[in-house]
Amino acid sequence: MIAESGHYALVLALGLALIQSIVPLIGARLRDVALMNVARSAALAQLLFVGASFTALVMLHVNSDFSVANVYENSHSMKPLIYKITGVWGNHEGSMLLWVSILALFGGLVAAFGNNLPLSLRAHVLAVQAWIASAFYLFILVTSNPFLRIANPPIEGRDLNPVLQDIGLAVHPPMLYLGYVGFSISFSFAIAALIEGRIDAAWARWVRPWTLVAWIFLTLGIAMGSYWAYYELGWGGWWFWDPVENASLMPWLAGTALLHSALVMEKRNALKVWTLLLSILTFSLSLLGTFLVRSGVITSVHAFATDPTRGVFILLILCLFIGGSLSLFAGRATALKQGGLFAPISREGALVLNNLLLTVACAVVLFGTLYPLAMEVLADFKMSVGAPFYNLTFVPLFTLLLLAVPFGPMLAWKRGDLLGVTQRLLAAGVAGLVVIAIVWAWTRGGSALAPLAIGLGVFVIAGAITDLAERTGLFRLPVATALHRARGLPRSAWGTVFAHAGLGVALIGIVCETTWNSEYIGTMRQNEVAHIAGYDLKLDGLFQRQGPNYREMIAEFNVSRDGETHSVMTPSKRSFTTRGSSTTEAALLTRGASQLYVSLGDTTAEGAIAVRIYHKPLVLLIWWGPVLMAFGGVLSLSDRRLRVGAPKPARAKQRLQPAE
Amino acid sequence: MTRKQRRMTIIGGSLAVLALAAALVLNALRDSIVFFSTPTMVAEKHVEPGKRFRLGGLVQPGSLQRGDNLAVTFEVADGGAKLPVAYKGILPDLFREGQGVVAEGSLDAHGVFKADTVLAKHDETYMPKDVADALKKQGHWKDDYGAKPAATTAQGNPQGAVR
Repeated sequence: MIAESGHYALVLALGLALIQSIVPLIGARLRDVALMNVARSAALAQLLFVGASFTALVMLHVNSDFSVANVYENSHSMKPLIYKITGVWGNHEGSMLLWVSILALFGGLVAAFGNNLPLSLRAHVLAVQAWIASAFYLFILVTSNPFLRIANPPIEGRDLNPVLQDIGLAVHPPMLYLGYVGFSISFSFAIAALIEGRIDAAWARWVRPWTLVAWIFLTLGIAMGSYWAYYELGWGGWWFWDPVENASLMPWLAGTALLHSALVMEKRNALKVWTLLLSILTFSLSLLGTFLVRSGVITSVHAFATDPTRGVFILLILCLFIGGSLSLFAGRATALKQGGLFAPISREGALVLNNLLLTVACAVVLFGTLYPLAMEVLADFKMSVGAPFYNLTFVPLFTLLLLAVPFGPMLAWKRGDLLGVTQRLLAAGVAGLVVIAIVWAWTRGGSALAPLAIGLGVFVIAGAITDLAERTGLFRLPVATALHRARGLPRSAWGTVFAHAGLGVALIGIVCETTWNSEYIGTMRQNEVAHIAGYDLKLDGLFQRQGPNYREMIAEFNVSRDGETHSVMTPSKRSFTTRGSSTTEAALLTRGASQLYVSLGDTTAEGAIAVRIYHKPLVLLIWWGPVLMAFGGVLSLSDRRLRVGAPKPARAKQRLQPAE
Repeated sequence: MTRKQRRMTIIGGSLAVLALAAALVLNALRDSIVFFSTPTMVAEKHVEPGKRFRLGGLVQPGSLQRGDNLAVTFEVADGGAKLPVAYKGILPDLFREGQGVVAEGSLDAHGVFKADTVLAKHDETYMPKDVADALKKQGHWKDDYGAKPAATTAQGNPQGAVR
């Protein structure tokens, strides 16, 4: 019954989405308030029904109802409860259901909290949301129904792919989808603006928080995915320029550009057409990502099953939405009035540069991702575009961007003083140079570019701090005044500081990890000792253990430094009998931001075991950076000007703050 | 600055960045992309030693030999030709004889493929897509290779799922 109810709820959600797609548009045309308000109730009801459908699938998985094909293929009665729940989206059908659930959630949020939106804008936005939703409900119901029954139910399930049986599955896909799908809101706002033929600064003020929310989740989702790959795959890599990773990076780059251009639009009423285009492109790239991952054109841990009809269906959705929205843009964009003049050297100019570099970097990643596919289809030969390509293209563009980052927030709107800003950034520049010199003198080996890159990271961080110091008058004014001013500073200014500093932090982590990573790969016997980066790891022994749905072999390492025992590390190798496959569980020892990483290989006939030990200096900075960025995003989101219905600043004193 | 001059500055800047990116991409395409070959293609084309490429095929059953200190050798076959591969390191969890494999590296002077990476971008139910496609194209695809992959296709429809 549960499966049938879930299926039925999904069909009802499709019906509601179809109503929501059409009726509000008619209402907007006829200026009929009742018809326009249908959008609101339909969106909320849709959320209710999709939620019910999703809950049904979760219940089926929790109850281990193997008469449902999806549960049979991806679950096992002995699986721990948490993986029974997360296993719901650890497969194609379930992950698509999660996708539409999140889409409905965002639609519902707009419906519930969009009371201050003009009625027709809200009707249009929700109608566009419903178009997307209808397309994906159809996709699920036609090609990937998660509620299919099996005629002769088996007793036991086939278990979830062991690699996915990890806490990462509970966090990474929902976060990533919240990001991907969150950009649908700015897309819908853009299409609604094009349909209405009206766009202004208020539009940007409504769109920015939604974009920011999506961006925060996407940032965390990507970082989480990267950390998961790092500890789960057993070879310490955290980014592979795999098409699937690129599929998430592209919307992030475009979304970051969108955040910045929406800022220009909100403050200065300029770059309107460009912001609209970016909104469309960002969500188009999210759809492209969904296509790449879900259609099976590329093989990876993310592509759960390949079924050509699914690929064709998503490709159709992709063409329909991207083609349709871009044609609408081409037809209507010229009608929108441009406004807000600015000199090339100004805050707006800097943000244009930011947008330019981000979108071009995004285009480069797009090219690298699609070129091999295009070559395969057109010229019939196979090739791969990997890290060397991106090192030669993406890295220089991002270096330029990072060089410019500290300048942006310090330039004035409309007309900036580049020379003055350079003078104020002198201290940050000197800090960067000093660090370059120190790193240069201190380290031997590694790329000559590494100290320069670290210097750049320090410059970005110091630049963010300089910006803060300038705004608060730190070092110039008495500390009490500076503190008072810091408190009065808009939250979004703090957000900028944290997000920009996060970039520098991540850069330093990336450079240190790739340059000074040391590794030991070899076979070890009991009581043998491996030396790496000043640590001694003694293999104490190998033990067998029985887990809930796997057997594991644990190796115990005694970690010491200068004869002093630090800790015990226990990497393991798990073999899952149902799927006949094994996973490597790496052991991590964190010291500050650096990590010691041990993973196991095969055992040899003589009882020795192959081990991989890495020392990764400052590796955690790679993920602390994005966390800082996301924190900056949260601060900016809590800014009073973005809060719905927030009262205007009452005290005149606060207005005297430097314009943010 | 007039409105026109401002616009020209921005357009000029954009074009400069685009030109820079295009130059970077073209430069990178010259020497950083890696082609995919099967043993038959290697035999036909006489790939020169030292040129990096990706080798895909099936691990020849019975060819896997483990040497000292994690050195391994095995043969990659595609039904038409075989190529010896040498690798030093830990093989991926999913490496099996008779299963598909993709390795990246280059040929040495003796015609042995020195792999520095052995990829395991596939789970246990299907072959690397590149390998399956190449085998099919060369007409060496047999259903028993496909025993596992076929199971995947069937998996969508286990025991007559109600569609």
